[in-house]
Amino acid sequence: MADVALRKVVKRYDDVEAVRGIDLDIADHEFIVLVGPSGCGKSTTLRMIAGLEDISDGDIMIGGDVVNDVPPKDRDIAMVFQNYALYPHMTVAENMSFGLRLKHYPKAEIKARVTEAARLLDITDLIDRKPKQLSGGQRQRVAMGRAIVRNPKVFLFDEPLSNLDAKLRVQMRIEIKKVHQKVRTTTVYVTHDQVEAMTLADRVVVMNKGRIEQIGTPNELYHKPATRFVAGFIGSPAMNFIPCRLEEVGGTLQIRLTDRIAFALPPARAARYNSLPRTEKLLLGIRPEHLTESHAHLGPGIESFDTVLDVTEPMGMETLVYFGLDGTPVCGRVDPNAGAKDGAPMRLAMDLNNMHLLNEATGVVL
Amino acid sequence: MSSVTIDKAAPTRTVKYGSMSRDRKWALRWSYFFLTLFAIFSLLPPIYMLITSLKSSAEISAATNPWWVFHPTLENYVGLLTSNQFLRFFWNSALVSIFVVTITMLISVPAAFALARMRFWGSATLATGVFLTYLIPDSLLFIPLFKVFALFGDWTGIQLINRWYVLLFIYPTLTVPFCTWIMIGYFASIPKELDEAAIIDGASWFQTLTRIFIPVALPGLIAATIFAFTVSWAQFLYPLVFTTSTDQLVLPVGIITTLIKGDVFNWGQIMTGALLGAAPPLIIYAFLMDYYIAGLTAGATKG
Ligand SMILES: Nc1ncnc2c1ncn2[C@@H]1O[C@H](COP(=O)(O)OP(=O)(O)O)[C@@H](O)[C@H]1O
Ligand SMILES: [Mg+2]
Repeated sequence: MADVALRKVVKRYDDVEAVRGIDLDIADHEFIVLVGPSGCGKSTTLRMIAGLEDISDGDIMIGGDVVNDVPPKDRDIAMVFQNYALYPHMTVAENMSFGLRLKHYPKAEIKARVTEAARLLDITDLIDRKPKQLSGGQRQRVAMGRAIVRNPKVFLFDEPLSNLDAKLRVQMRIEIKKVHQKVRTTTVYVTHDQVEAMTLADRVVVMNKGRIEQIGTPNELYHKPATRFVAGFIGSPAMNFIPCRLEEVGGTLQIRLTDRIAFALPPARAARYNSLPRTEKLLLGIRPEHLTESHAHLGPGIESFDTVLDVTEPMGMETLVYFGLDGTPVCGRVDPNAGAKDGAPMRLAMDLNNMHLLNEATGVVL
Repeated sequence: MSSVTIDKAAPTRTVKYGSMSRDRKWALRWSYFFLTLFAIFSLLPPIYMLITSLKSSAEISAATNPWWVFHPTLENYVGLLTSNQFLRFFWNSALVSIFVVTITMLISVPAAFALARMRFWGSATLATGVFLTYLIPDSLLFIPLFKVFALFGDWTGIQLINRWYVLLFIYPTLTVPFCTWIMIGYFASIPKELDEAAIIDGASWFQTLTRIFIPVALPGLIAATIFAFTVSWAQFLYPLVFTTSTDQLVLPVGIITTLIKGDVFNWGQIMTGALLGAAPPLIIYAFLMDYYIAGLTAGATKG
C-alpha cells in the first residue's frame, strides 16, 4: 500500500507529445480513474507509472520514493491488461502464482495466497483450467487474481472491461469495486467510458490531449465541471450547449437564447454573472435532466418555454426529447406520460438553478 | 415480425446452400485429381527405390520388368547394415545433425527473441539481413568457405578440413538464418502484453524467454527443429567438398562415393542406402507432423 505522485510528467515520442506535463497526487487506498477519449494519453500515463515506458521529463513517486529509473519488477505494482495477457500455457493457478514463484516464495504461502484470491474472485473451481477454457469474464477475474496474489503497493488497470459485452461489463464493474473495498490497494484505473469512471472512482481524472482537464469526485465533475470538455464528456446524454448572451432588462439580468426566448436569471446566478461583459459570446450549459415537461407550479428559477419536438426516444422510465433552438440541437428528459410526440409542440421547463455558463471561445465554465 | 422474415428467407437459403455444396463438390473433385497426380509423381521414385532395393544385382542388370521383383531378397539390407563403413556414415550423419540442431536452436531462439522484442538500434535491418543471408546459395559459398577454413588451418595449425565436425561450423550458415526467421515470426505474433505482464511479475528477459516465449511458441520451435534436422541430414554439397576420408563421410556422400566404384554402380545397395537414410526424417515427420504444419502456417501469416 502506498501513495503515488506524478510531478510534471511528460512523455514524448519522436514527433508527438503524448503526455504534456501531468501533476497528480493519489492517496493511499484511493481508487483513481483516468478517463478521456481515445488517444488522450491515459495508457501512456499508466504505463509510465508501471515502468513499461520511460519518462521523458518529470518525476513519478510511489510510496514517497522517486521511481523514475526503477525497473517495473522493483516498483511493486501489478497491472491488469485489456486483453487479459494470461500466460496461455499455464493453468489459472500457475498464472496467478507466476510472480510469487519467480520471487521464490515458500510453496505453502503461494498456495494460501492463490486459494485466498481465488475465493475472493469466485474462481476456485477454475483453478486447474487453462486460459483458453475460460470465458472472457473468467479470464478477467484470473487477470485480477494474478494482481491480487502479489499484494502489491499499487494496482494498475488499463481498460480491463473493454473486451467484455455490456452486461458482463456492468457485473465486473461491481466486482472490481467489491474487490477494492476488501483489499483497499491504491488503484489507478484507465477507461474511456465515463460511466465506468463515475461508478468506480473515488476521484476521477479527466484527460484530454495529454493534459489533465479536471480532477474531482464523480459528483464534483458532474455538477461543477471546470471546462466545456469535462461538462460535455461526463454525463449521458451529454450536456447541451446553447449559444446565448446576457442582457439587462429593467434592472434584472436576463439570458437570451433566441429572439423569442429569454429568461431572467435566479438571484444567485445573477450575482455570479453580473460582472461579465454583456458583449461576450457565451454558451448556456444545461443537462437534459434539467429540461423537463412544464407544469402549473414551477419553483423559483425554473422557466418554461414552447418548442416543437423533432424526435422523441422513449427509454421506459423517461422519454428523451430532441428539438432545435435557432439550429442548435437540444436534448431534454421528460416524464413518459407527459405526452411528448414526434413533431408535436410541447411546453418545456428549464431549471436555471442548475445551469452553467461557459465562455464560448475559451471553453471555461464561468 | 422477425419470424415472418425468417420464413421468407428460408427457401432462398436452401437454394443458396445447394449451389454452394455443388461448388464444394467440384472443388473437392479437382483437389482429389491434382492430389492423386501429385502423389503418383512424388511417390514413384521411392517406390522404384524400394523395388530395386529388394532385387539382387543379377536381377537388376537382367532385362526383366523393372517394376516387378521376381526373386525378392534382403541381401542389400543385410549387406549394408552389417557393413561397418555404412554404419559409420549413419553415425556421422546422426552426430552432425544432432549437434547442428542444438547449435542452431541455441543461436536462433535467443537471436529471434532479441530481434522480435528488444527494440535496439538497427534491429529491423538486422532481421532483414539475417533472412537475406539465407538467400545466398551454397553453391556460391562453398569455395570462399573452403578458403576460409584452409587459411584458418594455415594460421592456427588446427586442421578442420576433412573432419566431420567441420560441418558443425558450416551447416549453421544454412540453418540459423532460416530458423531465426521462423522464430521471429512466431515471437512477433505473441501479444506484447504477455511479456509486459511477465516483466511486471518480476521475470528477467531470460526468464521471459524460457518460461513464456519458448513454451508459447513451441510449435514454431518444433518446426524450426525439423527444418534444421532435415537440412543437416540431407546436405550434400558441403560434405562432398569438405570431407574426403571414408571415416569422415556423412550418409549421402558416403553412399555415392563408396557404392559407385569407377563406372560400376551398385544400384541395389545405393537404393537401399538411400531408403535407410530417408527413414529418420520420415519417422520424425510422422511424430511431429501436426506441430510442423501448425508451425509452417503460423510462419506464413506472421512473418
Ligand atoms: N509507441 C508509441 N509511439 C508513438 N506514439 C505513440 C506510442 N504509443 C502511444 N503513442 C501516441 O500517444 C498518444 C496517447 O496514446 P495512449 O496513451 O495509448 O492513448 P489512450 O488514452 O487511448 O490510452 C496517441 O496519440 C498515440 O498515438
Ligand atoms: Mg489506451
